[in-house]
Amino acid sequence: MDPPAIAVEAFRKSYGDVDAVAGIDFTVAEGEIFGLLGPNGAGKTTTLECLEGIRYPTAGTLRVRGIDPSREPARLRDAIGVQLQTSGLPETMQVEEAMRFFCAYHGVKPRLDLLERLGLQAKLRAEYGTLSTGQQRRLALALALAHDPPVVFLDEPTAGLDVGTRAELHTLVAELRERGVALILATHDMAEAEKLADRVAILLSGRIVASGTPKALTAAAVDLTRVSVRSERETLAGHDGALPGVQRHARKDGYDVYFSDAVGATVMAVLDALEEAGDPLVDLRVERPSLEERFLELTTQGGVA
Amino acid sequence: MRALVHHAAYEFGSGLRNRAMLLLLYLFPLGFFLIAGGLMIGLNPGFREVVIPAMVVFALMAGCLLGLPDPIVAAREAGIFRSFKIHGVPATNILLLPGAAIIAHLTLVAAIITVVAPLLFDAPLPANFGAYLGVFLAAAAAHAGLGLLIAVVSASTRATVLWSQLVFLPSVMLGGLMVPSEMIPDTFAVFARLLPATHAMNAMRGLAYGEATAFSSVGSLLVLLAGAALGVALAVWLFQWDRRAEGRRVSPAWGILVLVPYALGALLL
Repeated sequence: MDPPAIAVEAFRKSYGDVDAVAGIDFTVAEGEIFGLLGPNGAGKTTTLECLEGIRYPTAGTLRVRGIDPSREPARLRDAIGVQLQTSGLPETMQVEEAMRFFCAYHGVKPRLDLLERLGLQAKLRAEYGTLSTGQQRRLALALALAHDPPVVFLDEPTAGLDVGTRAELHTLVAELRERGVALILATHDMAEAEKLADRVAILLSGRIVASGTPKALTAAAVDLTRVSVRSERETLAGHDGALPGVQRHARKDGYDVYFSDAVGATVMAVLDALEEAGDPLVDLRVERPSLEERFLELTTQGGVA
Repeated sequence: MRALVHHAAYEFGSGLRNRAMLLLLYLFPLGFFLIAGGLMIGLNPGFREVVIPAMVVFALMAGCLLGLPDPIVAAREAGIFRSFKIHGVPATNILLLPGAAIIAHLTLVAAIITVVAPLLFDAPLPANFGAYLGVFLAAAAAHAGLGLLIAVVSASTRATVLWSQLVFLPSVMLGGLMVPSEMIPDTFAVFARLLPATHAMNAMRGLAYGEATAFSSVGSLLVLLAGAALGVALAVWLFQWDRRAEGRRVSPAWGILVLVPYALGALLL
């Protein structure tokens, strides 16, 4: 079995008496996208910064392709690509200049094609300080990927990006996976994590409270499946919780929403009730709990999976 | 090597693109040269003899003490050096290349002053141009080393202004730029010898202009060279990548060691 691209073992990081990260373990394989999720202050950025060699762990072992980030920073530089949450560049540095500048330090040719792909071709001479937030993040992403690193860390990569660029980023991430790049994605965007990540870990107060594939995580949710029904005459309102499997009922935007633990029985009962009432069905939706709902369940109730 | 060239080119270019830097590197010293040169020579014709070294040293002080530290502190506060670190930019390049770029700009300013002063004010040219260049570079390096040290020990951009002014203002008043060193009262003269501007003026006058000086001009040159080496070394040693940088933590108070060559100069020269 190949060694993992990233290995985190018993990692702890303290600032004074406060544990920002209180002992976590995970691994990321080559070609795997690993989502690191959690509310603000959960320890996501601290974990990334220690893996990037910006900060040093208080305890535990971190390895990036076998490199100890705190002891071998020179070897680490070409092995990782990093898009920082706050991607600071000098205000007067021009877009193309930044690409040439950092590529020179990595000893590779500047990747102007990446700038074009991320929609920055018209901004090559623009100074960093004049770029919009989205453009600044796109530039940071291009710089992170320019030297073809085998490991990539993206911290809130799509914050401030428009829909088109977000889609381009998703395509880029998929391509990186195809090329065997190991990628850690720290994000608040649950839909994005659900879409992109092969596995995710949910961090809460410096601890991993749940981890696994997005599908497995949502399957473990205690949230009930939603059956949303809309009919012409809205005759279902009187049934409330009387349908089989239904634990809760609500009305929202013209829909009767049933939270059920027996979806099949509930749907059949709903259709029977409508037929009996002679009330034509307009719309029926069955929705599993999303990763976002699972995340909210864990972060608000302190649940552990 | 390619990285070094790109970095140096960027640093030199940013001196022209950044309005604040442009002001401190060119407009402020050259404006001061034109106004103060004319005014001072009108009040005291003897000032004509020192207008070139005085205005060149003033330009060095403005560029290195007021212009150099602030962008470094602002970059550290904005997390820019973290980006640099991630991409493998060495700390020495982060400090030395802005210093070298500022010296390159100030060399242009000094050349302008040296060419224009004889035409405008009938100022005498240095008698020994080799010595003039040597003292200029030593004084520039000493001031740049001090500017870099101020940048790394300052906790914020506000503190930078205070530290910079703490050196800049006494240097203008006591450094021999406006008032000849011989006319400064003894009490202040000892303090004045703790300032690189005093030694720059003394070395310029003694070595470049061949004038008799109140204390050894060769000694002043040595003080400047030692001050430059110590200032740069301390700045590299005390450098932090960001406000919350970890690992080796050294108290910024060690920066006071930069005064050692100047203190020795004050005691021995």
